Amino acid sequence: MAHDTTQHHESATKRIWIVFAILSVVTIVEVILGIIKPEFLTDTYLLGMRLLNWIFIILTIYKAYYIAWAFMHLEHETKGLRRSIVWTGIFLVCYLIFILLTEGGYIYDVYKSGHVAWDF
Amino acid sequence: MEATVVRTGTEGKTWGGGNEPLKSSYGKMMMWFFILSDALTFSGFLAAYGFSRFKFIDSWPIADEVFNHFPFLHGVDAPMYYVALMTFILIFSSVTMVLAVDAGHHMKKGKVTIYMFLTIIGGAIFVGSQAWEWKNFISGEYGAVTTKGGNVLQFIDGEGERVALSEIAVPIAGTRVEHESNNGIWFDAGQDLPTYSLDEVKAGFIQNEDLLIRTQMLTEDGEKTILSREESLMKLNHDAIGTVEGANLVQNEYGAPLFADFFFFITGFHGFHVLSGVIINIIIFFNVIIGTYERRGSYEMVEKVGLYWHFVDLVWVFVFTFFYLV
Repeated sequence: MAHDTTQHHESATKRIWIVFAILSVVTIVEVILGIIKPEFLTDTYLLGMRLLNWIFIILTIYKAYYIAWAFMHLEHETKGLRRSIVWTGIFLVCYLIFILLTEGGYIYDVYKSGHVAWDF
Repeated sequence: MEATVVRTGTEGKTWGGGNEPLKSSYGKMMMWFFILSDALTFSGFLAAYGFSRFKFIDSWPIADEVFNHFPFLHGVDAPMYYVALMTFILIFSSVTMVLAVDAGHHMKKGKVTIYMFLTIIGGAIFVGSQAWEWKNFISGEYGAVTTKGGNVLQFIDGEGERVALSEIAVPIAGTRVEHESNNGIWFDAGQDLPTYSLDEVKAGFIQNEDLLIRTQMLTEDGEKTILSREESLMKLNHDAIGTVEGANLVQNEYGAPLFADFFFFITGFHGFHVLSGVIINIIIFFNVIIGTYERRGSYEMVEKVGLYWHFVDLVWVFVFTFFYLV
């Protein structure tokens, strides 16, 4: 991105440091939560998963957003390029996750309720 | 976009990069193509990890118990501190990379050089850390006993602290010796003898009344199931077939061997990306020093390698979450 004036330049580096601060804080929060594992978060389930795990995943996507938008300059690309990159990825990843996790859960049920012993 | 125009002799050639569809140069566009396909490869790996984990949802190893080492802190339980440090190093090297790209936009050769150098150092430290992490995982810490069904049994004392095989086993005069090539004409390969045989572990377990067995099954609270003394003895006498120390592609003292397989494969694939990123960064670094981009009038090459480097960081953010946190 061409910045012709020094003022623009300063704001670009400032943005980089702000994003670094955000990424650091989020990582620290993740690590602290991972070490403490607050009981009310591990005992609460939402859509079949612990609330704590949902928090981890949402924070991860939040970090991924900043890396892609600020560091990889997606925010300065044209809408067309940005959308073709982001939505292709999101669509295929969601599909993969849905199909594989459903199948994994099904096999778990088969192992559990089937007539074959696995723990011997 | 004046600053990012490339002059590579392809101006006007549609398929050689003379055009700029979506206002993005040919090289950058191709880098995005590559990144997207690589992202899907990693997604495939991580989704396959999720598949296997869901398959063994009630017996998957607990990451905090596996990765709890920190350099110079021996025997201290430090879950995740080291991997958090590694994450910081990688994020910081991403920051220096984006600063190099930014300096490149302003044609400041000196600054680009310094930031590229810092990025390379950060990447090298990260790869080294990953190697150390692998070393700890491969050599293991406490060791375990394997069962006929392919599960592991770990040992704990009365206080619930883990006990290593070395503390349990009582030496029994060896009945088996390692088969070596000088002892047989048809020698192909001999199986290594374990450090502690199952009989030695059994004997030690019977002597020490305090010891209990922990199976890999998880309780409601996500803790490993602890058997009573009678159940432990039963299990050890009926099901155990061998000992295991550390992890490899076939055995894993922490639980499901699939966990080890995926760990080696995914972090290995990511580490390979970091390694190739460092090598590409070094090439670009020397190009910056000899003034290639100064003469070309644009530092777009730094931007392209930067895209790749940030992508490696992006992947690590997900690997960190799914291997260490969730």
